[in-house]
Amino acid sequence: MIDKTVATCSEAVKDVFDGATIMFGGFGHAGVPGQLIEALRKQGATRLAIIQNGSGGGDYGVGGLFLDGRIRKLTASFINRAASTNFRDRFMKGEVELELLPQGTLAERIRAAGAGLGGFYTPTAAGTDLAKGKEIRVLDGRPHVFETPLRADFAFLKAHLGDRLGNLCYRYAMRNFNPVMATAAKVVIAEVDKIVPVGELPAENIHTPGIFVDRVVQVERDPHYFQPKKKAASK
Amino acid sequence: MTLTRDGIAYRVARDLPEGSYVNLGVGIPSLVPSYVPKGRDIFIHSENGLLGVGPMSVPGEEDPDIINASMQHTTLLPGASIFDHALSFAMIRGSHVTHSIIGAIEVAANGDLANWMMPGDALPSVGGAMDLAFGVRNVFVAMTHVTGKGEPKIVTACSCPLTAPRCVSRIYTDLALVEVGADGLVLREVAPGHKVAEVQALTGAPLRIADDCREMDVPPVYNGVKLIA
Repeated sequence: MIDKTVATCSEAVKDVFDGATIMFGGFGHAGVPGQLIEALRKQGATRLAIIQNGSGGGDYGVGGLFLDGRIRKLTASFINRAASTNFRDRFMKGEVELELLPQGTLAERIRAAGAGLGGFYTPTAAGTDLAKGKEIRVLDGRPHVFETPLRADFAFLKAHLGDRLGNLCYRYAMRNFNPVMATAAKVVIAEVDKIVPVGELPAENIHTPGIFVDRVVQVERDPHYFQPKKKAASK
Repeated sequence: MTLTRDGIAYRVARDLPEGSYVNLGVGIPSLVPSYVPKGRDIFIHSENGLLGVGPMSVPGEEDPDIINASMQHTTLLPGASIFDHALSFAMIRGSHVTHSIIGAIEVAANGDLANWMMPGDALPSVGGAMDLAFGVRNVFVAMTHVTGKGEPKIVTACSCPLTAPRCVSRIYTDLALVEVGADGLVLREVAPGHKVAEVQALTGAPLRIADDCREMDVPPVYNGVKLIA
């Protein structure tokens, strides 16, 4: 019987190796796999290349990985200068390489990897500093930038509900980068608010089908992030 | 007396047609929803995967999983939808979102937009700005007419790195409404109590005065908020 559930976050991340490339889902505090990232801090793998939208805030989660000096490269679109003190300190010391991408290009490069594409041409960024060094091709009279697929060794996701087959369902804005990252990594690990019996998630409400997911771990809502003040409705 | 930040947002909101799908940037653009005329259906898009965004949450009633692209707790209107980042940016890059209301550091007379980095900035941040500027047909800039030092933000050529070339169609400021035409900038409206010559003096590129150039129709106060101060 297939059972992708694991008991703890530390067990879920135990095989992350030095030098690994890892995608982290999340946007703002919604859909961030904070407890998997904290388990990775304890696990110890280093020289990591991280792909996610932002640059972390404070000393928790990704901010903590920067604090610990564990990240060699960040691929992101939004650098939060005020809150990302740990990223900024490492970057300014020259310890972290930054690959800055338009947010849609970041999402689409991940999607391209998951869909088995060799890349794509987009007008976004043509003629700007972010297209420097990239191939330009004129299509329909408009310059386009060639972008390559972005894939990873691991993806850490956060979902609301999951089952032992790896099916996932997100609440509201938790979804963000999570479903697309689920398609683009060799090992996909999801932390969820609740593991439910197979069959309980209606087929049409499964946002990430289990085919993409390798491990599911149930966690309490992260006390570090904003807590619901009223009971959250399950989908 | 010039338009307040809310005054600029009020003037932009009046120009959003029924049925428009609108993405709002941070700052002045985020004030626009309060000023959409009653009964006009427009849909607010948020990059992180929301369409049909409503008013900000009432404190104490926030849902932890409903946030906008500025990471503020917000609400969803009836008929709203949720989707992932790839689909959200397909809406933007595929020109399905009809209007982008966005801030700017500089706008050039040919519609070039600079809003993501200052010259020599060691740590620039782009977010969704380029996707919006390249993908959305109606890019409306909402900004103050001059910098804090009094220097024009509407210029002949941008000195900051571009977000996208030739993308801006209209510029809404505390002093004027300027349209980006095929042959340069056209002054459409002037803030109440201001003269055309004054606006031109504070603009770093030549303005052609529209034949029907008029005073902006913005009330001094709306729902208790000062629009002109």
